[in-house]
Amino acid sequence: MTAQGKIASAFDPVAARGDFEILSKQVYGKPLVYLDNGASAQKPRQVLDAMRNFAASDYANVHRGVHYLSGKATDAYEAARRTVQKFLNAAREDEVVFTKGGTEAINLVAASYLAPRIQPGDEIVLSVMEHHSNIVPWHFLRERQGAVLRWVDVRDDGSLDIEALDAAVGPKTKLVAITHISNVLGTVTPLKEIVARAHAKGVPVLADGAQGAVHEIVDVRDLDVDFYVLTGHKLYGPTGIGALYGKRALLKQMRPYNGGGEMIREVTRDIVTYADPPARFEAGTPPIVESVGLAAALDYMNSFDRAAVRAHEHDLLTYAREGVRQFNWLRVIGDAPHKASILSFEADGMHAHDLATILDREGVAVRAGHHCAQPLMERFGVASTTRASFALYNTRAEVDVLLDALAKARKILS
Amino acid sequence: MDDTLRELYQEVILDHSKHPRHFGKLTDATNTAQGHNPLCGDRVTVQLIVDNDDRIADIKFEGKGCAISQASASLMTDMVVGRTVAEAEKLMGGFLNLVKGEEVEGLDADDRERLDVMAGVSAFPMRVKCATLAWHTMKSALEGGDAT
Repeated sequence: MTAQGKIASAFDPVAARGDFEILSKQVYGKPLVYLDNGASAQKPRQVLDAMRNFAASDYANVHRGVHYLSGKATDAYEAARRTVQKFLNAAREDEVVFTKGGTEAINLVAASYLAPRIQPGDEIVLSVMEHHSNIVPWHFLRERQGAVLRWVDVRDDGSLDIEALDAAVGPKTKLVAITHISNVLGTVTPLKEIVARAHAKGVPVLADGAQGAVHEIVDVRDLDVDFYVLTGHKLYGPTGIGALYGKRALLKQMRPYNGGGEMIREVTRDIVTYADPPARFEAGTPPIVESVGLAAALDYMNSFDRAAVRAHEHDLLTYAREGVRQFNWLRVIGDAPHKASILSFEADGMHAHDLATILDREGVAVRAGHHCAQPLMERFGVASTTRASFALYNTRAEVDVLLDALAKARKILS
Repeated sequence: MDDTLRELYQEVILDHSKHPRHFGKLTDATNTAQGHNPLCGDRVTVQLIVDNDDRIADIKFEGKGCAISQASASLMTDMVVGRTVAEAEKLMGGFLNLVKGEEVEGLDADDRERLDVMAGVSAFPMRVKCATLAWHTMKSALEGGDAT
């Protein structure tokens, strides 16, 4: 066997498909080709079983009772936290805060870390390719406290202009908020270098890893990033759970987010004192079953050679990118040299929604629209794009179905 | 090909979307509104001249959108020009019923036939909003506000 053969055999997407019941579904009498993974990934039976089994045998509220099940549930919840810790290679488990998703994690940093530090005129540096979840929380600080948003452009190929970013970070910058992987362009940002450059000026960095945690192997200590955000449902896990990684020193300085049970040390009629992180930021009953599901999803991802999965996803991207070259009416948005398996495009004379409707009837699920990234749409002068995003369970044969469906759409709409 | 797709993207629709009627701006509009579909980012502006007899003397629309929304706007402007506001609203009621797949009542046969090219939308519930955007925007212009 050649070395190349070994790499190819290290991950078998067809075998992995067997774990995802939904992938054998038919829509409109055609086999489902699910290419909307950037919006949300499907869940393997390992995740569904883990959640069901936990709910059926070990479920109770956490950190509350002294009874048997409360102990079991608390153990499972805290074990899930350690699974996330290891997944990100964080130094300590108390640097992982469970949230209801990536959006809440960013809002938490905006409200609890940054808001108390913002004076009018202070700056937040972000790129034009951010998802709205990494834009709107900073707009809140602009509206309410006079913060200034400094936008960093991307190059025409969708790659980040690191020099422009460096130039945007100045004495008034209080935070750099940047995506790890663009949900539209697929661009992988040079996060380690961004962090190094920002830190050289004393500025912390928040990375939105909603896509990054799926496609990259993340090591928060190596990156030295201050905050890293992930969401469960894009990682083959359940909705309703995400996580914020934060350096312990920063989390300890942060004020509470929501108030309620679990996040206090003591409450009297006159005063309240707060628990240490991460409990300080986890008011109320957390997503307990979902935490078990998230841990199962991360275990599932780690059951494969992740470098081989990455190589497979990259192969799909390359194959699709080459495949669409035959369509001279189609323009790919985002061709950065370092790019994850996300392919967005615009088609001459065909609106993304018409295209997606026709692809849908061929069984192909793609996303059409502005992808919650309107500043980026404006940057590229498009109202919307069509996006195919590939997961570990997609195959070249499915890319072929996509290409055939695109040709058909062209025929119908022109 | 899927018959519902053929029905949706029939020739008349594609023709309206590629060569929209009444596309552009009015300089002396009496009523204007902007409509926005936040789901897809599509925007449309509808301008009308309503005369003293409550008749739509002229109408134009502008905007970017999918074939369904553009064709629907084009067809709408073509059909309401010269009618009274009350007649246009009645037409709109019939149109809304049609694209939602509901019973259409009270339209004369000719109007019904012209609107019927949009009937295919009812098989695509996710696309009904595309078809209705221009109509809601016109209604809101007639009522003096913006549609969202």
